[in-house]
Amino acid sequence: MKRLLVVLSVFALVALLGVAVMPVGAQDCTDEIGCVELGPDDPITVAYMLTISGGTASLGEDSLGAIEVAIDDRDGELLGHEIELVGEDSLCSAEGGQAAGQRIAANPQVLGIIGSNCSSEAVAALPIISEAGMLMISPSNTSPRLTETDPDKGGVWEPGYYRTAHNDLFQGAIAADFAYNILGKTKLATVHDGSPYAESLQAVMADTFTELGGEVVFQGAVNVGDTDMSAILTDISASGAEIIYFPIFQPESEFFTVQARETPGLEEVTLMGADASFADTFPENTGEPAVGKFLSGPYVAESEAYDAFLARWDEVVGGVPPSGFHAHAYDATNILLNAIEAVAVVADDGSISVGRQALRDYISGLTDYPGLTGNLTCNETGDCATGEALAVFEVTQAEVDGNWPPPVVWLPGMDAMMEPGS
Amino acid sequence: MEKHRKPYWRTALQVGLVAGVVLLYLGTIGMLAAFQEREVIYEIVSLGQILIVFPSLVGGWMAARRVQAHGASPVVAIASSVLAGIAAAVPTLIMLVINANVENVRDVLVNINRDWVDIVTFGNRDDLLAGAVLLLVVLAVASAVGALLTLLPGKLRSALIFTSALVLLVGMFGETVRQILQQLLPRETLDSIYRRTSLRVGPAVIIFVLGFIGSYFWAYRKETASRSAPRAANVTPRSLTQRIIVFIVLAIVLLALPLIVGRALSDILVTVGLYVLMGLGLNIAIGLAGLLDLGYVTNYAVGAYICAVLTSTGTLGLTGGQMSFWVVIPIALVAAMITGFLLAMPVLKMRGDYLAIATLGFGEILGTLAISDWLRPVIGGAQGVLFIPKPNFFGTELVNPEQLYYIVLAACAITLFISIRLNNSRVGRRWMAIREDEDVAAAMGIDTARAKLLAFTISAATGGVAGAIFAAKVGTVFPNSFTVFVSINVLSLIILGGMGSNPGIVVGAIALVGMPELLREFSEYRWLIYGALLIFMMLNRPEGLIPSKVRQRELAAESPPESTPNPTSAAQPAIGD
Amino acid sequence: MASVPVARRRRFEDFSWVDFIINALRFIIIALVIIGSANTLLSGRFTFEQWVSLFVAGLAQGSIYALIALGYTLVYGILLMINFAHGEVFMSGALTTVFLAHAFDRSGFLNSQPLLAIIILIIFAGLVSMSVALLLERLAYRPLRSAPRLVPLITAIGASFFLQYTFRGFFGSQFRSYPAVDALKGSLEIGTINIPIVQPVVFIAALVLMGGLYWLVERTKLGKAMRAVSEDKEVSRLMGIDIDQIIMFTFAIGGMLAGAAGVINGLFRPQGVNFFMGFVPGIKAFTAAVLGGIGNIRGAMLGGLFLGVIEAVGPNLIFNGLGIPGSNQLKDVIAFTMLVLVLIFRPQGLLGERLTEKKA
Repeated sequence: MKRLLVVLSVFALVALLGVAVMPVGAQDCTDEIGCVELGPDDPITVAYMLTISGGTASLGEDSLGAIEVAIDDRDGELLGHEIELVGEDSLCSAEGGQAAGQRIAANPQVLGIIGSNCSSEAVAALPIISEAGMLMISPSNTSPRLTETDPDKGGVWEPGYYRTAHNDLFQGAIAADFAYNILGKTKLATVHDGSPYAESLQAVMADTFTELGGEVVFQGAVNVGDTDMSAILTDISASGAEIIYFPIFQPESEFFTVQARETPGLEEVTLMGADASFADTFPENTGEPAVGKFLSGPYVAESEAYDAFLARWDEVVGGVPPSGFHAHAYDATNILLNAIEAVAVVADDGSISVGRQALRDYISGLTDYPGLTGNLTCNETGDCATGEALAVFEVTQAEVDGNWPPPVVWLPGMDAMMEPGS
Repeated sequence: MEKHRKPYWRTALQVGLVAGVVLLYLGTIGMLAAFQEREVIYEIVSLGQILIVFPSLVGGWMAARRVQAHGASPVVAIASSVLAGIAAAVPTLIMLVINANVENVRDVLVNINRDWVDIVTFGNRDDLLAGAVLLLVVLAVASAVGALLTLLPGKLRSALIFTSALVLLVGMFGETVRQILQQLLPRETLDSIYRRTSLRVGPAVIIFVLGFIGSYFWAYRKETASRSAPRAANVTPRSLTQRIIVFIVLAIVLLALPLIVGRALSDILVTVGLYVLMGLGLNIAIGLAGLLDLGYVTNYAVGAYICAVLTSTGTLGLTGGQMSFWVVIPIALVAAMITGFLLAMPVLKMRGDYLAIATLGFGEILGTLAISDWLRPVIGGAQGVLFIPKPNFFGTELVNPEQLYYIVLAACAITLFISIRLNNSRVGRRWMAIREDEDVAAAMGIDTARAKLLAFTISAATGGVAGAIFAAKVGTVFPNSFTVFVSINVLSLIILGGMGSNPGIVVGAIALVGMPELLREFSEYRWLIYGALLIFMMLNRPEGLIPSKVRQRELAAESPPESTPNPTSAAQPAIGD
Repeated sequence: MASVPVARRRRFEDFSWVDFIINALRFIIIALVIIGSANTLLSGRFTFEQWVSLFVAGLAQGSIYALIALGYTLVYGILLMINFAHGEVFMSGALTTVFLAHAFDRSGFLNSQPLLAIIILIIFAGLVSMSVALLLERLAYRPLRSAPRLVPLITAIGASFFLQYTFRGFFGSQFRSYPAVDALKGSLEIGTINIPIVQPVVFIAALVLMGGLYWLVERTKLGKAMRAVSEDKEVSRLMGIDIDQIIMFTFAIGGMLAGAAGVINGLFRPQGVNFFMGFVPGIKAFTAAVLGGIGNIRGAMLGGLFLGVIEAVGPNLIFNGLGIPGSNQLKDVIAFTMLVLVLIFRPQGLLGERLTEKKA
């Protein structure tokens, strides 16, 4: 044992000395924050940072599947180089995000990251990713603070952060507009599930609703893992709410929808959710009680493209996507791969050089990218999905029987609701 | 022994079928497919391939051993193992037939899909018959190899197994090894050893050959050494100088560690350190005083939130970021001790499992309060507390994990020192008396209530410190960081390492917190492996990896070490069904 | 035995200040509960009908807790170990059976013969859960019977993770749901009170199962053997009881009840079926078992019902009157505070025997 230690320490010393005297390789890279140089046989490395295990695993699997589909669409190749997907499980927690960020940042070959799923992961990982010169495109972070630059308003934005998910500020405001102006509701109840996503979304919704002139009669929350919603529903029923906004995740959103219809006094109340339960498993699992529920979600302009995506998913991953952010993840991956393709400088021997700042600039300047989630235009703080790409959908019996997505009933800016199906 | 001899073929079939079920299981949970992509040796050996042959290899080995134990000749043993290998293919073949004839199997069993078929038929998706034959042959061969291993001379065999494991590990931990070597070697050199994270063939062969020669001679030397000097030499107590040397070497290694392993691994080291800190604390309650506390996360949460609200520069910060991290540490420590004290009072009269569930309840209550809208104005609710500044050490901001590591290291060292002192103190002996039998301890005149209160209170302290460091490290505090899994992790690492043993806690933390972080390819299966590891360890080494000396003696002295009677040993001569 | 009370008295003689603080705490909590409840009731926010429907929903939920809690309590009674993986035994039955239920639904069998179909589902789920419980016992717990108490606990925690992620590997992480049974739609109207028909059905089904268990334990030879083993293993072995077999039976029965609870839960709360679904009910049921007095069968039933009702009624009754926002979020606080309060009054649980304390 002692001998081993001695040998090891001698080895370490020699190696450290070697590093000290070793010349740093000079490169002809003009990018401000560095380049990634790839030899003719090196793969193009992109990373994911998603929540793969634990109770939120379905969210991560959903995004990961879409990334795989997007890579498979290009037969796993870009510019003649193999696309290598590496990744970290970020566990839907701040410390998980930080650890994942550290490890991805330690791999200098990584060009960009798809992730994270949970906003708390991004808050902790972003400083590390940004510092390392990398960029991340999130398919499902919706917290307003991530694209807010002013720390006094809670902003944590740093260069290199982008997202295809909708900022809560858009989605919450649209929901309030729809509920107050179009549906004509004046008494709102909001419910979150303790996730930063739902909490922030319902807060924006409630604030906007009050500004418009409505009254928020109830603000409450359920716990993740609850199956019995009777207590909170009875409370809401007593508050006299006309519309309940609950942007919570599956399966709590399913329990909530079903039991709302069973609660005396709430049989006719209007239910509204957001893209957390915008998944085809939602109406299937919920059944009839889901009919009439409004959901805000990404406006899928051409549903053929989405159908084609689902078919590809079945081919590549198998089955159906387990959650609601796969289209965002698909778009995010394509944006990243397109950016690499556009920015990379290819040498004659096939080796390429990609400037990190150039990559960021390309995505920051992205306009009208036709994605599955609508036309995406990134602003200077990385919000690529704008309010225009959102729509309100109404779940009908057809969705319960297996159709997806549901018909659009309203787009931002419209004066009145459309008839479902028109 | 005579009466119970089974025919060889039945033993072989039995072992083979178990191996086959394991293989089918690995396929059905998707492990084969997931590991297929991970190449241990570039373009030669993938982890998936190892996983396919491994159950049969072990099966063949076991079948051969069993029949040999009943006097079978080597040829018969190999024949039996081939039979076992063939049997090992049967469950997978049955599933293949089902999959070919029943539509939509994968709607239910999501991993019985094309990838799986590809893997178990070695790419013969379109010609299942050929694939099935290939599978049979491969498994039979693997099984026979397992049997051949039993026939090798001991030294050769152990050298072979050790070396294979070495190559496998160097390949599997490719990313970690790379990250360490990254500090020392230029990228070109690294790329000639590894391609991304998989070993290249040449280096793999070199490692294999060197490792083989080395371990063979190691075994050879040990054999001759033990023959010339039978034991004894190891047992002599180390002299003081020897101890000092060991201590200094250890200190240097610990101090140099972050420089050697680099940033990403330092981050893991910090996390491991935090768990060591908590493990040392909980060990006082559970290892010394025998109080089964399943709510240790409360202390961690209190420390983290105290640090968060006192130092945050955001809107929730009470001091506008004026308070220094170094002032917060003692505050967090005291706050956690007060929490520990308050929560200990109602549970003083409870024992054993009642205590466990009550403390578990406290953990849940605090978690619920942390996330609640009710306390949102103070601690942020679901949105947590942000903008926690990094510790400032005489003007330098300790931003990187390499720097934070030293804070954790210092905290661990101090805690370790206190813990050792406590262990040998009057209080420590009182706690141990309570652990052994509370009634007797009370009858001996020990004020058990006060001793238990003290145990809970002191045990809570390190949790508070760990929480404060955690908050400063991550820079944000969200309620979902403080779940029951933290408590479970801390408890498990204590038991896994060896209850009451301080080195055991370090090893336990590395195994349960560090390893899962290193093996990122397994992230999807990390909890599965975690669970399997816990079960495996408890079945095979219930005293822990590094048991404390007292405990070891206890377990050795009396086979049923605690008051529970022992039904299994008595159950053999059953008196009728 | 006789010396124990003496020792206990001496032990607690000289720290009356702890008693004082605990008593003060107890009074504060009780005062808060009373003030909160009185405020809520006086405010008239909720009608009598609403209280009744909450109570009934709580009973139905509680009967599911009770069925799972029985598994904990049976195993504890005999082995004195917390089978932490019991929630996963529940999950295994519920998750596996969802596919059969959908097959029944597609073929029309579920709605043409609802009773028969549900009984078949319950039996199927019971068998699945039973197999998992037996495997667990045979592979993980049996070799550890003579090990120190913490070792099987850690094994059980390991088994819990192992089972969760095994089932995730089998069936994926997607949330599924049980199909709706037409016969269980609609509601009963008693006066002005409106109760979904499924709730009394769930309650009665659980009662039938619990009654069956009670009969098995109290009236049959097997039950007698189980009780004997839980009293004293050495003596029962001398009496000719095969202890291994009795322990296997215990795990089998606990597993069957958990599987049945999985299907009954699926009728009552059809959504949210995935690999993680056993964790929360597992902890809740464990709490219920301790609340009732772990090791005691009637205690588990009572504890389960009590917990279900307190969770349904508590948040609105207590926190609303205290003006705490997001009251529903804090229902776990009520449940666990209640647990600690009960354990302070009666350290052995509601119906627990003194004996268990000594054993523990």
